[in-house]
Amino acid sequence: MSKSEITYANAINQAISEEMRKDDTVFMLGEDIGVYGGAFGVSVGMVEEFSEKRIIDTPISETAIVGLAIGAAMNGMRPIVEIMFSDFITVCFDMIVNQAAKIKYMFGGVPKLPFVLRTAAGCGTGAAAQHSQSLEALLCHIPGLKVVVPSTPYDAKGLLKAAIHDNNPVIFLEQKKLYRTKGFVPDEDYEIELGKADIKREGSDATIITYGRMVLTSLAAAETLSKEGINVEVIDLRTLIPLDKETLIESIKKTKHCIIVHEAVKTGGFGAEISAMLTESEAFFYLDAPIIRLGAYDIPVPFSPILEQAAVPDEEKICEAVRKSLS
Amino acid sequence: MDIKENKELVLGLYKKMLLCRKFEENVQYYFSLGMIHGTTHLSIGEEGTAAGTCSALEETDQIFVTHRGHSDVICKGIDINKMMAEIFAKETGICHGKGGSMHIADLEKGIMGANGIVGGGIPLSLGNAFANKHFKNNKVTVCFFGDGATNEGAFHESMNLASVWNLPIIFVCVNNTYGMSTHISKVMKITDIEKRGEAYGIPSVSVDGNDCLKVYETVKKAREYVASGKGPILVVENTYRISGHSKSDGNLYRTKDEINEWKERCPIRFLKSKIIESKVATKEDLKLLDDEASQIIDDAVEFALKSPLPNVADIYNGLYSE
Repeated sequence: MSKSEITYANAINQAISEEMRKDDTVFMLGEDIGVYGGAFGVSVGMVEEFSEKRIIDTPISETAIVGLAIGAAMNGMRPIVEIMFSDFITVCFDMIVNQAAKIKYMFGGVPKLPFVLRTAAGCGTGAAAQHSQSLEALLCHIPGLKVVVPSTPYDAKGLLKAAIHDNNPVIFLEQKKLYRTKGFVPDEDYEIELGKADIKREGSDATIITYGRMVLTSLAAAETLSKEGINVEVIDLRTLIPLDKETLIESIKKTKHCIIVHEAVKTGGFGAEISAMLTESEAFFYLDAPIIRLGAYDIPVPFSPILEQAAVPDEEKICEAVRKSLS
Repeated sequence: MDIKENKELVLGLYKKMLLCRKFEENVQYYFSLGMIHGTTHLSIGEEGTAAGTCSALEETDQIFVTHRGHSDVICKGIDINKMMAEIFAKETGICHGKGGSMHIADLEKGIMGANGIVGGGIPLSLGNAFANKHFKNNKVTVCFFGDGATNEGAFHESMNLASVWNLPIIFVCVNNTYGMSTHISKVMKITDIEKRGEAYGIPSVSVDGNDCLKVYETVKKAREYVASGKGPILVVENTYRISGHSKSDGNLYRTKDEINEWKERCPIRFLKSKIIESKVATKEDLKLLDDEASQIIDDAVEFALKSPLPNVADIYNGLYSE
């Protein structure tokens, strides 16, 4: 099986480009995605291949462009919208929460809404409070949406293809710190089913449940801990909605220790949902220690690098949490 | 319009308005008896805008309507039995009891949905029109909204985008001069809403919404313009909501005299007098139409009343597509 090493940004570009070549109802719209190539360079070269009719620069009007995607999806197309920073979903939240998520259900289950909203999430770039948030918990709280957070180029490409093929609104939360990371992807076509977690590292002593950028940090922590003889399993959720509960429960039954890690603020974070789900499940009876949640401090993302780094979980904090769980 | 030469059309418009009025009067009645649950937003007095606009469209054209959209969807040809059943919260409802009065939709009839969020349907209409342009199917999208919605950001973003992308949409502003209880003069410096279209380079016209024939003629021309690929158009249909905003309305913000003055200008009564004057039909002919409309609505109520409630086991149905 041949494969190529590409970046996370390239993987996203490839997924969209390949689907656009196959299906002329797939198009992408967003701010500065044409000649500029998107704020994070994801769509570089695409307008040259697909023309301005299918890679469309829009006004800075998030409500209009997300609404347009919903309307086009209801009427037979498969739009992809790029919202430059995930923080900006809040200015078009009516379209996401009251329209996209509810149209199918409130209209008696009839309309199909095959569209993907791609957006760049996460901190670590010095962009401060309004350009660095991880807002996935807000989205997971809205029935009718699917929420995907890829951590590797392989996952990004395969999950995005599945998202494009899905007949529901899918929010695809790209990790802005991962755009330049590299990984191998198969040269042939593939997709990754939504709703399947991936065990990124197998282990027997403790389970770290995480997603997005924190997968890489957790894997680094697991590597450090292995030198201490602690064998950690790292599970990448990949999709938060639908959530692969079974894989999580089985892992906890095996390792009996659970540490949940995310970059979003801890209070009301998605980790709270995972923790609650596990304690409500049979996994509860297998736990040898309380579940530990690691999230960002409950503050807006600060600007100064020393503050920004301190606010979110890092390798050392994850190692400490695992040691504490096992102690 | 020469009424005599357009007898069928004119009587059709008259009957559509009657259907709307009788539908909503029944909703109001059963609501008052506690047999309809939730809330309803009636458009009594505004039927001229619904009948005139929808009758000027092709069958395959598509409409987006508001929370006050009963009349619009009736005039677009919805199954009235299923619509009544939806408002009665029944399984046989057009949305299986999941939507109710504010969320009526029938995609096959080109009814792309009523929206409970003021201005919420306007951005969606852009995409609908974008898709029609892509498929080159010559369908025109009509987006209804009220005067109140033109103060929403969604309206301004959408007007701008529709204009700059030349989308085939007729924006129909049903200006009833009140956003719930607040008069337009309290919330807009310039109350000529067509100027808001002009500001975005969109040709804009305004028409007496209580003159159904004028509405029809105006929208017919608007449709020709939009279908020719010239881009969107804004039609402001000036009218008045005789009914209250919703069930909670005590009409404290307006006088009885004002309401009575507009009752005199009722679009149904107005068209009736024109029909009689021009001798297109007699009072007796119109009485027959009235009886036919009453029968259709009575049948719809009966259908709704006899229909079963939704099955709780189906509560998750329709959330996600396969």
